[in-house]
Amino acid sequence: MTDTMTQSVDSSTDPDVLLSATNIKKSFGGVHALKGASLTLRRGEITALIGDNGAGKSTMVRCLSGIHPPDSGTITLDGEVVSFGTPKEAQKSGIETVQQNLALVEELAVWQNFFLGRELTQGFGPFRTLNRKLMKATAQELITDLAVNVPPVTSKVRRLSGGQRQALAIARAAGWGGKIVIMDEPTAALGVQETAKVEQTIRTLRDAGVSVLLISHNFDQVMRLSDHVWVFRAGLAVAGRRTAETSGEELVALITGAKEA
Amino acid sequence: MSTLVTERPRTAQNLISQTRQVSFWAEHAAPIGLVVLVIVFSILSPSFLTFGNIRAMLIAAAILVILAVAQAFVITTGGIDLSISATMTVGAVGFGIAWQAGLGFVASAIIAILSAMVIGVINGLLIAKGRVTDFIVTLGTLSVATGLALIISDGKPISVNSPELLRLTSGSIGIFGYPIILAAIVGVIAWFVMFRTRFGLHVQAVGGSEESAVANGVSAVTVRIAVYLISAGLAGLAALLLVARVGAAEPAINTAFLLNAIAAVVLGGVSLTGGKAKIVGPIIGALLLTALTNGLTLLGVSQFYQPLAVGLVVVLAALLTRYQKK
Repeated sequence: MTDTMTQSVDSSTDPDVLLSATNIKKSFGGVHALKGASLTLRRGEITALIGDNGAGKSTMVRCLSGIHPPDSGTITLDGEVVSFGTPKEAQKSGIETVQQNLALVEELAVWQNFFLGRELTQGFGPFRTLNRKLMKATAQELITDLAVNVPPVTSKVRRLSGGQRQALAIARAAGWGGKIVIMDEPTAALGVQETAKVEQTIRTLRDAGVSVLLISHNFDQVMRLSDHVWVFRAGLAVAGRRTAETSGEELVALITGAKEA
Repeated sequence: MSTLVTERPRTAQNLISQTRQVSFWAEHAAPIGLVVLVIVFSILSPSFLTFGNIRAMLIAAAILVILAVAQAFVITTGGIDLSISATMTVGAVGFGIAWQAGLGFVASAIIAILSAMVIGVINGLLIAKGRVTDFIVTLGTLSVATGLALIISDGKPISVNSPELLRLTSGSIGIFGYPIILAAIVGVIAWFVMFRTRFGLHVQAVGGSEESAVANGVSAVTVRIAVYLISAGLAGLAALLLVARVGAAEPAINTAFLLNAIAAVVLGGVSLTGGKAKIVGPIIGALLLTALTNGLTLLGVSQFYQPLAVGLVVVLAALLTRYQKK
């Protein structure tokens, strides 16, 4: 592999690169959360984003998912410059985000959550009704494709385990034909077994050709799952490494600044 | 075949074992309560289960059924509409004024519903857009609507001699008078809207978790304004039945309807915290409360005891809901 830092500067020509964010800046009042950070995401890979609290990871993700439009810098998706004002616009371009709180309604069934806000209906005008059969079948199929321990789609989310909820949220994001699925700490609240199942779900997603951007504090997980790692420090992407060519020690050194990239 | 044979006792056993759990009684408080009341009253009073009394009870229940359905929409979103009976009064006075001006039945009925919906718009905008607590807003509009009804009507009842309204109260198909048929139609449409349409799903989602619903692209503001509009519109419809029953549009304060509507919803197993939609439950709750009042009257129990009995039933139901399955 070639030096990944030079790749991020000029990536628009590389056909392997699905998304590249270049020189992204974002300030909140006097706080400069991002000071010109750049990163790239390759097709069908799991890209990890690591760094200390306040390094700018979450802000970067929010810029990519349309929650906070960046102050300056360019985002290129599939070779075209894009800008997202709202999460809806990002979704239309194929960028789905699994929120840290998962955005599930506990009182509703799995299939209802799966389709919430994008329900399938039949009929027309004021006589439009929910196409429950099709929604249940589709949700069941898409969740089964992805997750290991599939809950029945008619059960309420309240009855699901943390891992099943995570799997549902991931399947929902992937189910909308997203090219990129962004996940913020997907296993932070899970036990060992459930973490393994969710990681399997993320791998299945990658194998289906979806690019995954993963924020994680867990170095073992990053080493296990990701193909590429970006290290954030003080509002900048200070280093990019192929996971196969780095080690946990090197990543820690890069995060703390003990080692310059 | 053997599975069929063993299946039957098993489901029966299952039912019996279920009845040992408190949650079974909590889940079905309204229908069980209704059956118990009917049995007790029919033993104590021979006239309780007569054709005439059942018919009268169902007619008497119609207004409360409609108000309970209306309240159920609001409570499913986690809100509450304390102005519902005052809104009904505004609708009744609106009908009276329009009728007095010689507008005819249909136009007066439309004016009744529209004037009630004005209160709904105010509630919805203040709660959804203004982000004022539902309790405070509807407590305010309760007072405002009551005052408006008194001001517009100058505090006097407007007698209404509409042949259409007379037919509405006196007509019936078998044991079912037109008012309860109207209430049943409202119930069926409400059930359909709540459980078979996109809007109904969004009502439940906003009540369950507004944050998650919004994150998935549901407009909580629209949903909240809509439920208060539905509540007020149905209160306007109930106003027609009220005017028909009394024979006049009275600017009276119908506090009993407000408390009973909320009580019916609670009896029906709807959680006041929202997210748990039910339509049949509140309807049965409304029937139960009406049967309770009717039965006590038949037994010659003083009117003074009726609010006491209603209050006890509601508090008991509220206690039972603590044992509902999550």
